[in-house]
Amino acid sequence: MKTGLLMQFVLNGLIIGTLYGMVAMCFVLVYKASRAVNFAQGEFLLVGAWMCWGFMSSLNVPFWAGFLITMVGMTLLGALIQAVVIRPLIGEPVISVIMVTIGLSVVLRGLTLWIFGPEPKSFPGDASGAKVQLMGLNIEAVYLWSTAAAVVGMAAFAWFFKYSRLGLAMRATAFNQQVAQSLGVSIQRIFIVSWAISALVSGVAGVVVGAVNGISPGLTLFGIKVFPAVILGGLDSIAGAVIGGILIGLLENLAQFVDGEYLHWGNLYVVAPFYVLVLVLMLKPYGLFGTKDIERI
Amino acid sequence: MAGIAPRRCGDFRTQYQQEMTWFPSPRSAAFCVLGLALLLLAPLVLKNYGLALLIQIGIFGIAALGLNLVTGFTGQISLGHAAFYGFGAFCSAWLNNTHGVPVLLTIPLAGVLTAIVGLVFGTPAARIKGLYLAIATLAAQVILEDFFNRATWFTGGAAGAHANQPELFGFVFGTDARYFYLVLVALVLLYAFASNLMRTRDGRAMVAVRDHYLAAEIMGIPLTRYRVLAFALASFYAGVAGALMGHYIGFVSTESINILLSVQMLAMIIIGGLGSIMGSLLGAAFMVLMPEAVDTLFHLLSSGAAADKGLVYLKEISIGAVIILFLIFEPEGLAHRWRQIKAWWKLYPFPH
Repeated sequence: MKTGLLMQFVLNGLIIGTLYGMVAMCFVLVYKASRAVNFAQGEFLLVGAWMCWGFMSSLNVPFWAGFLITMVGMTLLGALIQAVVIRPLIGEPVISVIMVTIGLSVVLRGLTLWIFGPEPKSFPGDASGAKVQLMGLNIEAVYLWSTAAAVVGMAAFAWFFKYSRLGLAMRATAFNQQVAQSLGVSIQRIFIVSWAISALVSGVAGVVVGAVNGISPGLTLFGIKVFPAVILGGLDSIAGAVIGGILIGLLENLAQFVDGEYLHWGNLYVVAPFYVLVLVLMLKPYGLFGTKDIERI
Repeated sequence: MAGIAPRRCGDFRTQYQQEMTWFPSPRSAAFCVLGLALLLLAPLVLKNYGLALLIQIGIFGIAALGLNLVTGFTGQISLGHAAFYGFGAFCSAWLNNTHGVPVLLTIPLAGVLTAIVGLVFGTPAARIKGLYLAIATLAAQVILEDFFNRATWFTGGAAGAHANQPELFGFVFGTDARYFYLVLVALVLLYAFASNLMRTRDGRAMVAVRDHYLAAEIMGIPLTRYRVLAFALASFYAGVAGALMGHYIGFVSTESINILLSVQMLAMIIIGGLGSIMGSLLGAAFMVLMPEAVDTLFHLLSSGAAADKGLVYLKEISIGAVIILFLIFEPEGLAHRWRQIKAWWKLYPFPH
C-alpha cells in the first residue's frame, strides 16, 4: 500500500472535487429557480476560459483585468441566453428545455472550436510549476489558488442566499413561484439573474481550471461530470451539489489510484462516476439531500 | 372535375373502424403507393451520390423512428440512442466475422440483441422518469462508449471492426443501388410495424403513458411494462439501423458512436415532429440533407481550401442552431407543417 501516493490522490480529489462542486452548484441554482436543466454548463466553462484568454492575448491586459472583463461578459452572456433561448420555452415540456440547452451546448462548442481552434492553449505568462510543500505532499501552487477561489465562491454563494435581498427573493421563487410573485418578486428577473449568476460562476470556474490545466475543448467534460455530482447530492439541494461534487472528485481519483495500482484497466476514472450515477438512480433516485417528489392524485 | 376523384373536404368518419384504418383516406394511400413506386425507380435515375444520401436517410429514418417510439410516443427522453445504434453495428459485424452467421441474418439478430441491452439499460425507467431518466440514459451512453473502447474482442478496439457486405444466394449487395433496395425493404417493414403498433392496444397504452401516466395507471395500464418495452423496441430499431449502416460502410469505428450522434438523432425527431411516424423520416431527411446544403452554400460563398476547417464546425453549429430554432418557432416539427398544408388543401377554395 503506497500511503503517500494514496494521500496525493485523495488531495487531488478534494481539489478537483471542490471545482466540481462549484459547477454543480450553478447547475442546481438554475434548476431550482427555473426548473430548467442546463446541459450547456460545461460549455459555459469553456466559453469563460476562452473569453479570458482572448481578452488577455488580444488586448494585452494583465490576468486580473481579463478576469474582470470575463466576469462581466459571462454575466451578460447568461442573461442573454436566458432572454433569447430559454424564455420562449417556459411552460413547455421538460424535453424541450433539455433539448434547447443541448442545442445551445453544440452551438457554443462549435463556435469556440471555430474561433479558437481545437489545440489546447495555456494562459500567457502564468506561474504554473511552482510547488508548495504541505504535510510532505507536493501541491502545485495554482491548485491551491483554485481551491481558494472555489471556497470563496461557495462562501459568497452562501452569504448571497442567506442575507441579500435578491438571494432571498430567489429562494422564495424556488420555494413557490406564485407566492413569491404575490409578494412582489419579479419572476422574470429572477430567472434572468439565476442564469447570469450560473454563467458567471461557471465562467470563473472555467478560467480557474484553464489556468491549471490549460484551455481545451476537454473542459466541457466538467459539464458531464456535473450530472453524477448533482444526482448524488440531490437535484435541488445546493449544499448537496457541493458535497456531491467533492465526493465525485474523490471517487474519480480513488478510481484512478485503484486502476493504476491494481486493475490496469485504463480509463476507469472516466466511467466510475457514471456507474455510481446509475446505482444512485436505482437505489435512491433523489440523492442524499434532494427533496422527494410526492405525487398526489 | 372529370376524371379526378373528388377531394374530401372534412372528416366524415362515423365508425371506429374508419378511425382504425392505415391511411386516413384513399388519396393518402394512393400517395404512399406512388411515393414507394418512385423510390423503387430511384436507382434508375439517381447517381451514386444521390443514392448514398437516400440510403443514409433510410437508415437514420429507422433509428429516428425507434427514438420516436420511446421519446415521442412514450414520453421518455433517451440521450443514449447512438450507443444502442453502435451496439447493433458492432454486434452484427461480430456475429458475422467470428461466428460466420450470414449478414442478412445478423442484421435482425443484432436488433434483437440490442433490444436485450436496451431492456437492461431501460430498467431504471421502472422507477424514474423525466429528467432523471434522461440523465440515466446519458450514463448508458458513457458506459457503453467505454465498453466499446475496452472490449477489443467485440469491437476491435480503437482500430474498429470490419463489416462484410450482405449476400443472398451469391447475390452480393455490393453496389449502392442494390443496398438501396435492402434498406428500402427494412424501412418499409419497420415503418409498417410501427404504424400498425400505434393502432393496437399496446401502442395506445404507450401514448396514454406519455400523456398522463397517473390516469393511464388508474385505467389499468402497467406503467413499468410499457416504459421498459418502449426502450427495448427503440433499441431494436437502433440496432437494426446501426447494423445496416455498418454493413453499408463496411467498417464500424468506436469514434463515430459519440454523444453528438445521439443529439443528432434527437434533433431528427424534434425537427420531424415528436410522436409522428412520418415525422421521423422527414426529420432524418432534414438532418442528412442539411449538412450537404451547408456544404454547398459554404463552397458557393467562399473559395479556397483554407476555409475548409471552419466548415466542420459550421456543420456542427448548424445542428445546434436548427434544434434551437425549431424548438422556439415550430415545436411540433415538420409533420405539423405537413398537416397544416394538408388541412389547407382540404378546405381549399374556402378559407375556413
